[in-house]
Amino acid sequence: MTSYSSQTADVPRADGPPDRRGAPEASPERPASGGVPAAPMVEAHGLTKRFGSFVAVDGVSFTIAKGESFGFLGPNGAGKTSTMRMVSCISPISDGTLRVLGMDPATDGAAIRARMGICPQEDSLDLELTVMDNLMIYGRYFDLPRKVIRRRAEQLLEFAQLTERANDRVDPLSGGMKRRLTIARALISDPDLLILDEPTTGLDPQARHLLWDRLYRLKLEGVTLIITTHYMDEAEQLCDRLVVMDRGRFAAEGSPRQLIEQHSTKEVVELRFLPGAHEEVALALAGLAERHEVLPDRLLLYTDEGDATLAEVHAQGFTPQSTLVRRSTLEDVFLRLTGRTLVD
Amino acid sequence: MATVHPDFALFDHGETVPERRFRTPMWVRAAGYWAYQYKRTWRSSIVTSFLIPVLYLTAMGVALGSLIDKHSHGVAGVSYVAYLAPGLLASTCMQIASNDMTWPVLGSIKWFRTYHAQLAAPLSVHDVHRGHLAWAAARLGIVVSIYLAVMALFATVHSGWAVFALPSGILTGMAFGAPMAAFAATMEKDTAFVTLYRLVVIPLFLFSGTFFPVSQLPRVLEYVAYATPLFHGVALCRDLTLGTLDFGVDVGHAAYLAAWVVGGYWWGSRTFAQRLVV
Repeated sequence: MTSYSSQTADVPRADGPPDRRGAPEASPERPASGGVPAAPMVEAHGLTKRFGSFVAVDGVSFTIAKGESFGFLGPNGAGKTSTMRMVSCISPISDGTLRVLGMDPATDGAAIRARMGICPQEDSLDLELTVMDNLMIYGRYFDLPRKVIRRRAEQLLEFAQLTERANDRVDPLSGGMKRRLTIARALISDPDLLILDEPTTGLDPQARHLLWDRLYRLKLEGVTLIITTHYMDEAEQLCDRLVVMDRGRFAAEGSPRQLIEQHSTKEVVELRFLPGAHEEVALALAGLAERHEVLPDRLLLYTDEGDATLAEVHAQGFTPQSTLVRRSTLEDVFLRLTGRTLVD
Repeated sequence: MATVHPDFALFDHGETVPERRFRTPMWVRAAGYWAYQYKRTWRSSIVTSFLIPVLYLTAMGVALGSLIDKHSHGVAGVSYVAYLAPGLLASTCMQIASNDMTWPVLGSIKWFRTYHAQLAAPLSVHDVHRGHLAWAAARLGIVVSIYLAVMALFATVHSGWAVFALPSGILTGMAFGAPMAAFAATMEKDTAFVTLYRLVVIPLFLFSGTFFPVSQLPRVLEYVAYATPLFHGVALCRDLTLGTLDFGVDVGHAAYLAAWVVGGYWWGSRTFAQRLVV
């Protein structure tokens, strides 16, 4: 897959012109070109969201296939949540077309949400009720019989590792537990599509890793995942494919590995000098690396041979306060494409 | 793409959810949430619903009332307690509905995000709105039923028409509740509710005919009272429990209350949508 710098570029699909419509289960299987599945879960063309004169999402187009784990990576304010709210059929679109599960959110929003699980950025749990209560009331929104909800809830609590807390009030639970409960709740209706808006923001590393493990198991279950995040490690861990989003537009699209290969070198040498010295050092060292970036607190040298480049730096007589040789990440991709960091 | 590993099967996919004969309407599902969470507070709620009228009817109806009866031979032809009780019924409905349809509405939008949870499920904003109003009405029904039982204990029910005080009380409460819910959905802070309580609810409670006939008020204020829903709610409930019905007038009272309910409902469907569907 090639990368795109234009925000209106379409994700290429093997199924023909962009305005093909079809019922989710009725489309014929496409020939296996990388195993792209038949009926896309989400199709967006020129999707736009405006709040008054402010354009939060600026004519983006994407397709999400069944069973894949698709990510929207970008900083706060990129328009990820606005996009997610439109795909979740909660927020009406301002322009463009959107089809989720083959249906139009404007007319079939409730029917679509009946088959989706939504884990929003801000929790909406009932803090005064117990963990089990929260699952019960949510299941009732889907009109599931109480016995079914109870059975599923027990399995979900085991999956979320909250079984011991089933009869505890939600309020005193930790942030990580509340997130796991929100995800478990989103699954009570056994959805085909799970949307997670910033699932691990604000959680400690242990909680994050547990959540990633749970989400990875869901992937293996065959649940289609749509994740937004501003953490590059989360995007790298969880997503089969992702788009890099900034200021309402897509800057690039592809798998994590492809994006790094296309937009960054294999390795990065991070050098810290005294504050303010990075600019002039950069001028001196520019020739040593394929590319360099000057950040407020660091100098980054992009090269395929990190250790060798670092040795060269020392050979030239420079003595940085600290050094780090690491592999390129999606953060570097984002920096390359937008000139800014993911976390401001 | 992902293959399904049987070891990680989240649910037993062989399980079929039995086909339901009757799909619960969406707004009923929304109301079901409020009914479910009532289980946290229903005991104290029921006790208060019983205790407060008993206290009022004892203190003001009986203790104060015996003084009034001695000197004025009752009020409007009946003992003071029998005069007071239906007025308190209507006022209590106003107070409960005001409480239920201000802070909980704003809280469901801003702090607890209850509505957002419902909207992430297959409920629409109109289901969310209707469901919450329906629950407020149901809770009024519970309170009024208990209150009527207490009234019977105090021998203040003089007519079989009193059973219609149940829907009348609900109507009175919702005549306040529906517009207040609509108003609450436009708020960012709850300070306006305190003002509403002090400048509207309390004065109406005191001066709309609950404790004394509005004819006791200066002419101008008497006409202001006629415009308020509570006056009509009090008058309607009193006619029903005392059996002093005048069909034309009482149907008029009910219609006026209904107009406030319908107006509040219409307004609320707009403010809820404006606030939640963005």
